[in-house]
This record gives sequence, C-alpha cells and structure tokens, in this order.
Amino acid sequence: MEIGLFHYLALAAILFTMGIFGIFLNRKNVITILMSIELMLLAVNINLIAFSSFMGDLTGQIFAMFVLTVAAAEAAIGLAILVVYFRSRGSIAVDDINLMKG
Amino acid sequence: MIAALSFYLFATVTLLAGLMVILSRNPVHSVLFLILAFFSAAALFVLLGAEFLAMVLIIVYVGAVAVLFLFVVMMLDIDYVQLREGFAQYMPIGGIIGLMLLAELIMVATARMVDPPIGLGSGPAIPDADAVTNTEALGRLLYTDYIYAFQTAGLVLLVAMIGAIVLTHRKRPGVKRQVIADQISRTAKDAIEVVKVKSGEGI
Repeated sequence: MEIGLFHYLALAAILFTMGIFGIFLNRKNVITILMSIELMLLAVNINLIAFSSFMGDLTGQIFAMFVLTVAAAEAAIGLAILVVYFRSRGSIAVDDINLMKG
Repeated sequence: MIAALSFYLFATVTLLAGLMVILSRNPVHSVLFLILAFFSAAALFVLLGAEFLAMVLIIVYVGAVAVLFLFVVMMLDIDYVQLREGFAQYMPIGGIIGLMLLAELIMVATARMVDPPIGLGSGPAIPDADAVTNTEALGRLLYTDYIYAFQTAGLVLLVAMIGAIVLTHRKRPGVKRQVIADQISRTAKDAIEVVKVKSGEGI
C-alpha cells in the first residue's frame, strides 16, 4: 500500500498519453489542442516534482516552476494568435490554417 | 494509509478529469474539467511535499490560464459541432499511438536504474520541513543559484505579455478617443470667440 515513485510516474505517463490522445482526437479544434498541451505540461510537472520529492533534491521543484512559467506564456500567446486568426477568418478550424502561407 | 488513500483518490480524479477534457462535447465543460484536473494535481503536489508549487499551480493555472481559456471559448462565436467532425475517424490512429507511447513510458519507468543513479539526488537537498518551510527553501535556492534562470523566466513572461497585447490590439475607425496632446495644446484663443453685437440687431 506504500506509494512510491513508480505510482507517480505511472500517473504522469497516463496523463501525458491522454494529452497526446486529445491532440489526435480533436484535430480540428485548436482550443482543445491547447488544453491537451496543458495536460501534457501538467504530467511533466508531476514527474519533476515526484522525482524531486523521492530523490530529496530541490532542483526538480525549481524547474517545475519554470515549466509553469513557460506554460502560462505559451497559453497567453497561443490564445492571442487564436483570437487574431478568428478575427481574420471567422473560424478556428485547423484545416484552414495552412491558407495563411507565411 | 491515509496518504495512500488520498493518492489514489486524487490520482483517479485527475485522470478522469483529464479524460473528460479531451472527450467532452462542449469546450466550456472541457475548461471546467481542466480546472478540476489542476486542483487534484495540486493536491497531489501537497502529498509530495511541494506546497508552494501546489499553491502556484492553483493561482497561475486556475486563476489565470484556465480563466483565459474560458474567456476565449466564450468570446469566439464558433460552431463546435462542426469542429467535432471526424472525431471517431481519428480515434483508432490516436489510440494506437497513445497506447504505444504509454507502453514505452511504462517500460522506461519500470526499467532498472543504473547503479548508482548518475547525478540524481546530488543537487541541493530538501531541508527538514519543521526547520525550513518549502517556500523558504525554494526562495533561498531560486534567488541564489538560479537567479539568472529566474530573470530569464521573468523576461519570457514580459515578452509573452507584450506579444499578446500587440497581437490582439487593434485600431478601429470611427471610435472617438481622448487625445490628450490635442487637449493640452488647446488655447483660449482658438477655443472662444468674442463677438461684438450691435444693440437691437442680434447676431
């Protein structure tokens, strides 16, 4: 019944796989794809913090914080691009995005 | 015992919420399930002894990122039913790739570790929780050894902020705005006019 490192690694692996699966499943909806990426980053954070906790090394938590920072920046920029794209085309379908050509 | 039970509870909630994020029909529900996943992940962080990161996760993700998602989902007028076309079509290929990746990740997690683990645990040790709190320990490390990385993270956030503003800001024609320079440069001479009126005639 003891919870070890492996439990957390398995949880993070399943969560990461869910993120990948979500990207494949919602290929047309950019918002859901961005949310799937957030799920994957959360899985990475769980991995970092689990290693940090079980190895007794504080560095993992520091890097989890940097991952958090980058995730916040990525979400802000991604959603801003999405809003601009929606204004110009009136749709967010991924299939149409290659029409921008540059 | 209680720790193990809480782990299984929060892990189950995280996984179910994550599954609902990618499966639910309505994107608003997706965002709400994402918030639930973040909350239970924060509880797992507390179980691991990283209280500061748990609170940061709630503040940054739930307070900022998830609300941003919610705003965008509600602001854009999108036919989400149309976007879900081909949902079942992508299911098999996505499932195959996902299962392969999961199997690989599990194999990596269960693989025998090189003995002794290279470099692992050789960094700054986690201090005793009774002597130094998690926040203080993180701060001591972040503002000394990782000060440049910390500054770079701040720069990344600044660039993201400026980028988001520049991208979404637009000048709309036909909107009246306050132009402060015009207001200040206005003098009494061109603002009022003194007219001599002859008595009994009017203007």
